Amino acid sequence: MKIRVDPDKCQGHARCYGLSPELFDVDDYGQATVVVDEVPAELEDKARLAIANCPEYAIEVVSE
Amino acid sequence: MTQTAPVKDWATDFDVLDPDYVRNPFGIWDELRTACPIAHTDRRISSWMPTRYEDVTEMAHDIEHFSSLRVAVIPGGEDDEAPADGPNLEYGLPPISADPPLHTWTRRLLLPWFSHRRVESYVPLTRSLCQRLLDGFAGSGGADGAAGYAQQIPVRVIAQILGVSPDEADTFTGWVRDVLEFADDPDRRTHGAEGLLNYFIGQLEYRRQNPGDDLLSELLHTEEEGKPIDDGIVLGMAALVLIAGVDTTWSAIGSSLWHLATHPDDRKRLVAEPELMPTAIEELLRAYSPVTMARLVVHDVEYKGCPMKEGDKILMNFPAANRDPEAFENPETVVLDRAHNRHVAFGSGIHRCAGSNLARMELQVALEEWLRRIPEFSLEEGAEVTWAGGQVRGPRSLPLVFP
Repeated sequence: MKIRVDPDKCQGHARCYGLSPELFDVDDYGQATVVVDEVPAELEDKARLAIANCPEYAIEVVSE
Repeated sequence: MTQTAPVKDWATDFDVLDPDYVRNPFGIWDELRTACPIAHTDRRISSWMPTRYEDVTEMAHDIEHFSSLRVAVIPGGEDDEAPADGPNLEYGLPPISADPPLHTWTRRLLLPWFSHRRVESYVPLTRSLCQRLLDGFAGSGGADGAAGYAQQIPVRVIAQILGVSPDEADTFTGWVRDVLEFADDPDRRTHGAEGLLNYFIGQLEYRRQNPGDDLLSELLHTEEEGKPIDDGIVLGMAALVLIAGVDTTWSAIGSSLWHLATHPDDRKRLVAEPELMPTAIEELLRAYSPVTMARLVVHDVEYKGCPMKEGDKILMNFPAANRDPEAFENPETVVLDRAHNRHVAFGSGIHRCAGSNLARMELQVALEEWLRRIPEFSLEEGAEVTWAGGQVRGPRSLPLVFP
Protein backbone atom coordinates (compact mmCIF):
# COMPACT_ATOMS: atom_id res chain seq x y z
CA MET A 1 0.00 0.00 0.00
CA LYS A 2 1.27 3.48 -0.95
CA ILE A 3 -0.27 6.69 0.43
CA ARG A 4 0.38 10.40 0.00
CA VAL A 5 -0.75 13.71 1.51
CA ASP A 6 -2.11 16.32 -0.89
CA PRO A 7 -0.21 19.47 0.18
CA ASP A 8 -2.92 21.74 -1.22
CA LYS A 9 -5.61 20.14 0.94
CA CYS A 10 -3.57 19.62 4.14
CA GLN A 11 -4.27 22.36 6.71
CA GLY A 12 -2.05 21.02 9.48
CA HIS A 13 -4.62 19.37 11.76
CA ALA A 14 -1.89 16.77 12.49
CA ARG A 15 -4.53 14.11 13.13
CA CYS A 16 -2.52 11.67 10.97
CA TYR A 17 0.62 12.21 13.01
CA GLY A 18 -1.29 11.99 16.30
CA LEU A 19 -2.87 8.64 15.42
CA SER A 20 -0.13 7.10 13.23
CA PRO A 21 3.26 8.69 14.00
CA GLU A 22 5.01 5.70 12.39
CA LEU A 23 3.69 6.76 8.98
CA PHE A 24 3.53 10.57 9.03
CA ASP A 25 5.46 13.63 10.07
CA VAL A 26 4.25 17.21 10.27
CA ASP A 27 6.60 20.18 9.85
CA ASP A 28 6.71 23.36 11.94
CA TYR A 29 4.06 24.96 9.75
CA GLY A 30 1.64 22.04 9.90
CA GLN A 31 2.38 20.44 6.54
CA ALA A 32 2.04 16.66 6.81
CA THR A 33 4.11 14.18 4.80
CA VAL A 34 4.25 10.40 4.55
CA VAL A 35 7.57 9.08 5.87
CA VAL A 36 7.48 5.58 4.33
CA ASP A 37 7.62 4.56 0.65
CA GLU A 38 5.48 1.54 1.20
CA VAL A 39 3.13 1.10 4.20
CA PRO A 40 4.24 -2.07 6.03
CA ALA A 41 1.43 -4.66 6.06
CA GLU A 42 1.11 -4.50 9.84
CA LEU A 43 0.54 -0.72 9.69
CA GLU A 44 -2.14 -0.72 6.99
CA ASP A 45 -4.88 -0.42 9.61
CA LYS A 46 -3.12 2.63 11.02
CA ALA A 47 -2.91 4.15 7.55
CA ARG A 48 -6.67 3.62 7.12
CA LEU A 49 -7.27 5.15 10.56
CA ALA A 50 -5.35 8.28 9.55
CA ILE A 51 -7.25 8.51 6.25
CA ALA A 52 -10.61 8.23 8.05
CA ASN A 53 -9.68 10.96 10.52
CA CYS A 54 -8.40 13.68 8.18
CA PRO A 55 -10.93 16.54 8.27
CA GLU A 56 -9.61 17.86 4.93
CA TYR A 57 -9.74 14.55 3.00
CA ALA A 58 -6.07 15.20 2.24
CA ILE A 59 -4.67 11.65 2.49
CA GLU A 60 -4.89 9.54 -0.66
CA VAL A 61 -4.24 5.89 -1.36
CA VAL A 62 -1.84 5.86 -4.34
CA SER A 63 -1.87 2.07 -4.72
CA GLU A 64 -3.34 -0.78 -2.67
CA MET B 1 -25.00 36.36 31.49
CA THR B 2 -27.67 38.83 30.46
CA GLN B 3 -31.32 37.85 30.26
CA THR B 4 -32.60 36.86 26.85
CA ALA B 5 -36.21 36.66 25.66
CA PRO B 6 -37.42 33.04 25.41
CA VAL B 7 -36.96 31.44 21.98
CA LYS B 8 -40.18 30.16 20.39
CA ASP B 9 -38.82 29.27 16.95
CA TRP B 10 -35.21 28.11 16.72
CA ALA B 11 -35.24 28.16 12.90
CA THR B 12 -36.04 31.87 12.59
CA ASP B 13 -35.21 33.44 15.95
CA PHE B 14 -32.38 31.45 17.56
CA ASP B 15 -30.35 32.73 20.48
CA VAL B 16 -27.11 30.97 21.42
CA LEU B 17 -27.23 32.58 24.87
CA ASP B 18 -30.63 31.04 25.69
CA PRO B 19 -30.03 29.31 29.06
CA ASP B 20 -31.61 26.00 27.99
CA TYR B 21 -29.52 26.00 24.81
CA VAL B 22 -26.33 26.70 26.76
CA ARG B 23 -27.09 23.74 29.05
CA ASN B 24 -28.18 21.31 26.34
CA PRO B 25 -28.02 22.39 22.68
CA PHE B 26 -27.88 18.87 21.23
CA GLY B 27 -31.60 18.26 20.71
CA ILE B 28 -32.07 21.70 19.15
CA TRP B 29 -29.26 21.01 16.64
CA ASP B 30 -30.86 17.66 15.74
CA GLU B 31 -34.21 19.35 15.07
CA LEU B 32 -32.62 22.14 13.05
CA ARG B 33 -30.57 19.77 10.89
CA THR B 34 -33.78 18.03 9.84
CA ALA B 35 -36.19 20.97 9.66
CA CYS B 36 -34.02 23.98 8.77
CA PRO B 37 -30.30 23.18 8.58
CA ILE B 38 -29.27 26.84 8.28
CA ALA B 39 -31.16 28.77 10.95
CA HIS B 40 -31.49 32.55 11.08
CA THR B 41 -31.96 35.19 13.74
CA ASP B 42 -32.26 38.96 13.88
CA ARG B 43 -31.26 39.05 17.53
CA ARG B 44 -28.23 41.34 18.04
CA ILE B 45 -27.38 41.25 14.31
CA SER B 46 -28.74 39.33 11.31
CA SER B 47 -27.00 35.96 11.65
CA TRP B 48 -27.14 32.54 10.02
CA MET B 49 -26.25 29.29 11.75
CA PRO B 50 -25.41 26.17 9.72
CA THR B 51 -25.74 22.90 11.67
CA ARG B 52 -24.84 20.27 9.05
CA TYR B 53 -21.25 19.04 8.67
CA GLU B 54 -21.27 19.51 4.91
CA ASP B 55 -22.46 23.13 5.12
CA VAL B 56 -20.17 24.17 7.97
CA THR B 57 -17.04 22.77 6.31
CA GLU B 58 -17.98 24.11 2.87
CA MET B 59 -18.57 27.61 4.26
CA ALA B 60 -15.30 27.46 6.21
CA HIS B 61 -13.50 26.96 2.90
CA ASP B 62 -15.38 29.74 1.09
CA ILE B 63 -13.23 32.66 2.23
CA GLU B 64 -14.34 34.71 -0.75
CA HIS B 65 -17.86 35.18 0.63
CA PHE B 66 -17.28 34.50 4.32
CA SER B 67 -14.57 36.69 5.82
CA SER B 68 -12.93 36.33 9.22
CA LEU B 69 -12.88 40.09 9.88
CA ARG B 70 -15.63 39.54 12.48
CA VAL B 71 -15.21 36.31 14.40
CA ALA B 72 -17.01 37.18 17.66
CA VAL B 73 -20.20 35.15 18.08
CA ILE B 74 -21.67 37.87 20.28
CA PRO B 75 -21.15 41.09 18.31
CA GLY B 76 -20.13 44.26 20.08
CA GLY B 77 -16.54 44.37 21.27
CA GLU B 78 -14.97 44.28 17.86
CA ASP B 79 -17.13 47.16 16.70
CA ASP B 80 -16.15 49.43 19.62
CA GLU B 81 -14.22 52.55 18.71
CA ALA B 82 -10.46 52.12 18.97
CA PRO B 83 -8.56 54.73 20.99
CA ALA B 84 -7.30 57.53 18.75
CA ASP B 85 -3.67 57.46 19.81
CA GLY B 86 -1.20 54.77 20.77
CA PRO B 87 -1.37 51.08 19.94
CA ASN B 88 -4.84 49.66 19.49
CA LEU B 89 -6.51 46.68 17.94
CA GLU B 90 -7.17 48.26 14.55
CA TYR B 91 -5.96 45.01 12.95
CA GLY B 92 -8.14 42.88 15.23
CA LEU B 93 -6.54 39.67 16.46
CA PRO B 94 -4.55 38.35 13.51
CA PRO B 95 -4.45 35.71 12.16
CA ILE B 96 -7.82 34.57 13.55
CA SER B 97 -9.69 37.75 12.62
CA ALA B 98 -7.81 38.37 9.38
CA ASP B 99 -8.13 37.28 5.77
CA PRO B 100 -5.16 36.70 3.45
CA PRO B 101 -2.64 38.26 3.03
CA LEU B 102 -2.41 39.49 6.68
CA HIS B 103 -3.71 36.09 7.84
CA THR B 104 -1.05 34.18 5.94
CA TRP B 105 2.13 35.78 7.26
CA THR B 106 0.94 36.33 10.83
CA ARG B 107 -0.13 32.68 10.98
CA ARG B 108 3.28 31.53 9.73
CA LEU B 109 4.90 33.45 12.60
CA LEU B 110 2.72 31.73 15.19
CA LEU B 111 2.63 28.14 13.89
CA PRO B 112 6.18 27.07 14.89
CA TRP B 113 5.38 27.97 18.51
CA PHE B 114 2.63 25.35 18.45
CA SER B 115 4.24 22.65 16.28
CA HIS B 116 4.02 19.14 17.69
CA ARG B 117 7.76 19.18 18.40
CA ARG B 118 7.51 22.43 20.37
CA VAL B 119 4.38 21.23 22.14
CA GLU B 120 6.22 18.08 23.22
CA SER B 121 8.64 20.34 25.12
CA TYR B 122 5.71 21.76 27.15
CA VAL B 123 4.64 18.30 28.40
CA PRO B 124 6.79 18.18 31.58
CA LEU B 125 5.53 21.64 32.66
CA THR B 126 1.92 20.63 32.00
CA ARG B 127 2.28 17.30 33.79
CA SER B 128 3.83 18.79 36.91
CA LEU B 129 1.19 21.53 36.94
CA CYS B 130 -1.59 18.90 36.87
CA GLN B 131 0.12 16.86 39.57
CA ARG B 132 0.46 19.91 41.81
CA LEU B 133 -3.24 20.71 41.43
CA LEU B 134 -4.18 17.09 42.18
CA ASP B 135 -1.89 17.09 45.25
CA GLY B 136 -4.08 19.88 46.58
CA PHE B 137 -7.41 18.04 46.53
CA ALA B 138 -7.01 14.33 45.67
CA GLY B 139 -7.25 13.34 49.34
CA SER B 140 -10.17 15.60 50.21
CA GLY B 141 -13.08 13.56 48.79
CA GLY B 142 -14.32 16.21 46.38
CA ALA B 143 -13.31 19.07 44.10
CA ASP B 144 -14.60 21.44 41.46
CA GLY B 145 -13.29 19.77 38.30
CA ALA B 146 -13.83 22.99 36.31
CA ALA B 147 -12.71 25.89 38.52
CA GLY B 148 -10.26 23.88 40.65
CA TYR B 149 -8.58 21.86 37.89
CA ALA B 150 -9.46 22.44 34.22
CA GLN B 151 -9.44 26.24 34.52
CA GLN B 152 -6.01 26.27 36.17
CA ILE B 153 -4.07 24.42 33.47
CA PRO B 154 -4.07 26.06 29.99
CA VAL B 155 -3.67 29.62 31.23
CA ARG B 156 -0.40 28.76 32.97
CA VAL B 157 1.03 26.93 29.96
CA ILE B 158 0.12 29.86 27.71
CA ALA B 159 1.71 32.29 30.19
CA GLN B 160 4.96 30.34 29.86
CA ILE B 161 4.84 30.49 26.05
CA LEU B 162 4.10 34.21 26.03
CA GLY B 163 6.76 34.80 28.67
CA VAL B 164 4.40 36.46 31.15
CA SER B 165 3.96 35.65 34.82
CA PRO B 166 1.84 32.60 35.73
CA ASP B 167 1.08 34.42 39.00
CA GLU B 168 -1.31 36.60 36.99
CA ALA B 169 -3.26 33.52 35.83
CA ASP B 170 -6.49 34.43 37.63
CA THR B 171 -6.41 37.96 36.24
CA PHE B 172 -5.86 36.64 32.70
CA THR B 173 -8.71 34.17 33.11
CA GLY B 174 -11.01 36.96 34.30
CA TRP B 175 -10.25 39.16 31.28
CA VAL B 176 -10.67 36.29 28.82
CA ARG B 177 -14.02 35.31 30.36
CA ASP B 178 -15.14 38.94 30.19
CA VAL B 179 -14.49 39.20 26.45
CA LEU B 180 -15.72 35.72 25.49
CA GLU B 181 -18.37 34.56 27.97
CA PHE B 182 -19.79 37.88 29.07
CA ALA B 183 -19.53 39.69 25.74
CA ASP B 184 -23.24 40.52 25.94
CA ASP B 185 -22.53 42.74 28.94
CA PRO B 186 -20.84 45.91 27.59
CA ASP B 187 -19.25 46.78 30.95
CA ARG B 188 -17.61 43.41 31.43
CA ARG B 189 -16.58 43.24 27.78
CA THR B 190 -14.91 46.64 27.97
CA HIS B 191 -13.28 45.80 31.27
CA GLY B 192 -11.78 42.60 29.87
CA ALA B 193 -10.63 44.16 26.59
CA GLU B 194 -9.01 47.16 28.30
CA GLY B 195 -7.35 44.94 30.88
CA LEU B 196 -5.80 42.74 28.20
CA LEU B 197 -4.80 45.64 25.98
CA ASN B 198 -3.16 47.70 28.69
CA TYR B 199 -1.36 44.69 30.12
CA PHE B 200 0.16 43.76 26.77
CA ILE B 201 1.06 47.37 25.93
CA GLY B 202 3.15 47.35 29.12
CA GLN B 203 4.63 43.95 28.34
CA LEU B 204 5.65 45.02 24.83
CA GLU B 205 7.39 48.11 26.16
CA TYR B 206 9.29 46.01 28.70
CA ARG B 207 10.29 43.32 26.20
CA ARG B 208 11.47 45.81 23.62
CA GLN B 209 14.21 46.73 26.14
CA ASN B 210 14.53 43.30 27.78
CA PRO B 211 14.00 40.60 25.19
CA GLY B 212 13.71 36.96 26.31
CA ASP B 213 13.24 33.70 24.45
CA ASP B 214 9.45 34.02 24.43
CA LEU B 215 6.86 34.61 21.72
CA LEU B 216 6.33 38.30 22.54
CA SER B 217 10.04 39.07 22.28
CA GLU B 218 10.32 37.21 19.00
CA LEU B 219 7.41 39.12 17.45
CA LEU B 220 8.94 42.42 18.52
CA HIS B 221 12.25 41.56 16.92
CA THR B 222 10.94 40.06 13.68
CA GLU B 223 10.88 41.93 10.39
CA GLU B 224 8.25 41.49 7.73
CA GLU B 225 9.25 42.77 4.29
CA GLY B 226 12.22 44.61 5.80
CA LYS B 227 10.24 46.48 8.47
CA PRO B 228 9.40 45.71 12.09
CA ILE B 229 5.85 44.43 12.56
CA ASP B 230 3.34 47.19 13.36
CA ASP B 231 2.76 47.42 17.14
CA GLY B 232 -0.97 47.04 16.62
CA ILE B 233 -0.44 43.69 14.91
CA VAL B 234 1.94 42.42 17.61
CA LEU B 235 -0.57 43.49 20.25
CA GLY B 236 -3.41 41.68 18.45
CA MET B 237 -1.36 38.50 18.06
CA ALA B 238 -0.36 38.51 21.73
CA ALA B 239 -3.93 39.07 22.88
CA LEU B 240 -5.14 36.33 20.53
CA VAL B 241 -2.75 33.71 21.93
CA LEU B 242 -4.05 34.38 25.42
CA ILE B 243 -7.74 34.66 24.50
CA ALA B 244 -7.72 31.59 22.25
CA GLY B 245 -5.57 29.48 24.52
CA VAL B 246 -7.46 29.72 27.78
CA ASP B 247 -11.26 29.34 27.72
CA THR B 248 -11.24 26.86 24.86
CA THR B 249 -8.97 24.15 26.22
CA TRP B 250 -10.20 24.58 29.76
CA SER B 251 -13.72 23.94 28.42
CA ALA B 252 -12.62 20.78 26.61
CA ILE B 253 -10.95 19.43 29.77
CA GLY B 254 -14.03 20.27 31.87
CA SER B 255 -16.50 18.71 29.42
CA SER B 256 -14.38 15.57 29.22
CA LEU B 257 -14.34 15.25 33.02
CA TRP B 258 -18.12 15.82 33.03
CA HIS B 259 -18.53 13.00 30.50
CA LEU B 260 -16.36 10.57 32.46
CA ALA B 261 -18.13 11.50 35.71
CA THR B 262 -21.54 10.76 34.19
CA HIS B 263 -20.57 7.74 32.04
CA PRO B 264 -18.86 5.27 34.40
CA ASP B 265 -18.44 2.61 31.70
CA ASP B 266 -16.32 4.97 29.61
CA ARG B 267 -14.38 6.08 32.68
CA LYS B 268 -13.59 2.48 33.67
CA ARG B 269 -12.64 1.58 30.12
CA LEU B 270 -10.22 4.50 29.78
CA VAL B 271 -8.61 3.61 33.12
CA ALA B 272 -8.26 -0.05 32.09
CA GLU B 273 -7.15 0.68 28.51
CA PRO B 274 -5.00 3.83 28.58
CA GLU B 275 -3.77 2.99 25.05
CA LEU B 276 -7.19 4.24 23.87
CA MET B 277 -6.23 7.78 24.85
CA PRO B 278 -5.38 9.10 21.32
CA THR B 279 -8.77 8.15 19.83
CA ALA B 280 -10.61 8.93 23.08
CA ILE B 281 -9.27 12.49 23.07
CA GLU B 282 -10.48 13.03 19.50
CA GLU B 283 -13.87 11.52 20.35
CA LEU B 284 -14.34 13.74 23.39
CA LEU B 285 -13.34 16.75 21.28
CA ARG B 286 -15.92 15.70 18.69
CA ALA B 287 -18.77 15.12 21.11
CA TYR B 288 -18.13 18.21 23.25
CA SER B 289 -16.49 20.64 20.82
CA PRO B 290 -16.20 23.89 22.74
CA VAL B 291 -15.75 26.49 20.01
CA THR B 292 -18.09 28.29 17.61
CA MET B 293 -16.51 30.98 15.42
CA ALA B 294 -18.27 33.65 13.37
CA ARG B 295 -17.76 34.81 9.79
CA LEU B 296 -18.80 38.04 8.09
CA VAL B 297 -20.68 37.91 4.79
CA VAL B 298 -18.70 40.25 2.50
CA HIS B 299 -20.69 39.74 -0.73
CA ASP B 300 -24.41 39.05 -1.03
CA VAL B 301 -24.80 35.35 -1.70
CA GLU B 302 -27.63 32.85 -1.83
CA TYR B 303 -26.33 29.75 -0.06
CA LYS B 304 -28.56 26.64 -0.11
CA GLY B 305 -31.59 28.88 -0.59
CA CYS B 306 -30.67 31.33 2.19
CA PRO B 307 -30.38 34.96 1.05
CA MET B 308 -27.23 36.05 2.89
CA LYS B 309 -26.56 39.78 2.77
CA GLU B 310 -23.30 41.70 3.05
CA GLY B 311 -22.83 42.48 6.74
CA ASP B 312 -24.69 39.40 8.02
CA LYS B 313 -22.86 37.07 10.37
CA ILE B 314 -22.46 33.32 10.06
CA LEU B 315 -22.11 31.31 13.26
CA MET B 316 -19.86 28.45 12.22
CA ASN B 317 -21.38 25.76 14.42
CA PHE B 318 -18.49 23.29 14.47
CA PRO B 319 -19.96 21.58 17.58
CA ALA B 320 -23.26 20.86 15.74
CA ALA B 321 -21.40 19.70 12.61
CA ASN B 322 -19.59 17.17 14.79
CA ARG B 323 -22.92 15.60 15.80
CA ASP B 324 -24.33 15.35 12.28
CA PRO B 325 -25.57 11.77 11.63
CA GLU B 326 -24.71 12.23 7.93
CA ALA B 327 -21.04 12.49 8.92
CA PHE B 328 -20.82 10.33 12.06
CA GLU B 329 -22.44 7.01 12.89
CA ASN B 330 -24.46 7.29 16.13
CA PRO B 331 -23.14 10.79 16.75
CA GLU B 332 -24.91 11.10 20.12
CA THR B 333 -22.84 8.23 21.54
CA VAL B 334 -19.27 8.66 22.72
CA VAL B 335 -17.22 5.75 21.31
CA LEU B 336 -13.73 5.92 22.81
CA ASP B 337 -12.17 3.98 19.94
CA ARG B 338 -14.22 5.53 17.13
CA ALA B 339 -12.22 4.80 13.98
CA HIS B 340 -13.95 7.09 11.50
CA ASN B 341 -13.79 10.58 12.96
CA ARG B 342 -13.18 13.57 10.68
CA HIS B 343 -14.30 15.98 13.41
CA VAL B 344 -13.82 19.71 12.99
CA ALA B 345 -13.55 20.77 16.64
CA PHE B 346 -10.53 22.85 15.58
CA GLY B 347 -12.27 24.25 12.53
CA SER B 348 -11.65 23.49 8.89
CA GLY B 349 -9.72 25.19 6.09
CA ILE B 350 -7.14 27.98 6.40
CA HIS B 351 -8.25 29.01 9.91
CA ARG B 352 -7.70 25.58 11.47
CA CYS B 353 -6.88 26.31 15.12
CA ALA B 354 -3.18 27.23 15.24
CA GLY B 355 -2.97 25.89 18.80
CA SER B 356 -4.61 22.52 18.17
CA ASN B 357 -1.47 20.50 18.98
CA LEU B 358 -1.16 22.33 22.30
CA ALA B 359 -4.85 21.92 23.15
CA ARG B 360 -4.77 18.20 22.38
CA MET B 361 -1.65 17.71 24.50
CA GLU B 362 -3.11 19.64 27.45
CA LEU B 363 -6.37 17.67 27.29
CA GLN B 364 -4.53 14.36 27.15
CA VAL B 365 -2.09 15.14 29.98
CA ALA B 366 -4.87 16.61 32.16
CA LEU B 367 -7.01 13.46 31.77
CA GLU B 368 -4.08 11.05 32.16
CA GLU B 369 -2.96 12.66 35.41
CA TRP B 370 -6.51 12.93 36.78
CA LEU B 371 -7.33 9.29 35.99
CA ARG B 372 -4.03 8.08 37.44
CA ARG B 373 -4.72 9.83 40.74
CA ILE B 374 -8.53 9.72 40.82
CA PRO B 375 -9.72 6.74 38.76
CA GLU B 376 -13.16 6.72 40.42
CA PHE B 377 -15.29 9.84 40.55
CA SER B 378 -18.83 11.01 39.94
CA LEU B 379 -20.96 14.15 40.07
CA GLU B 380 -21.83 15.32 43.56
CA GLU B 381 -25.45 14.34 44.14
CA GLY B 382 -27.80 17.31 44.10
CA ALA B 383 -25.08 19.81 43.22
CA GLU B 384 -25.58 21.99 40.17
CA VAL B 385 -23.27 21.94 37.16
CA THR B 386 -23.18 25.36 35.47
CA TRP B 387 -22.29 25.81 31.80
CA ALA B 388 -21.00 28.71 29.73
CA GLY B 389 -21.95 28.96 26.08
CA GLY B 390 -22.00 31.21 23.04
CA GLN B 391 -18.50 31.36 21.61
CA VAL B 392 -17.11 28.68 23.94
CA ARG B 393 -19.15 25.95 25.64
CA GLY B 394 -18.00 24.12 28.74
CA PRO B 395 -18.71 23.61 32.45
CA ARG B 396 -17.83 26.49 34.77
CA SER B 397 -18.57 24.66 38.01
CA LEU B 398 -18.35 20.88 38.10
CA PRO B 399 -18.75 19.49 41.64
CA LEU B 400 -17.14 16.04 41.69
CA VAL B 401 -16.83 13.51 44.52
CA PHE B 402 -14.38 10.63 44.85
CA PRO B 403 -13.36 8.06 47.46
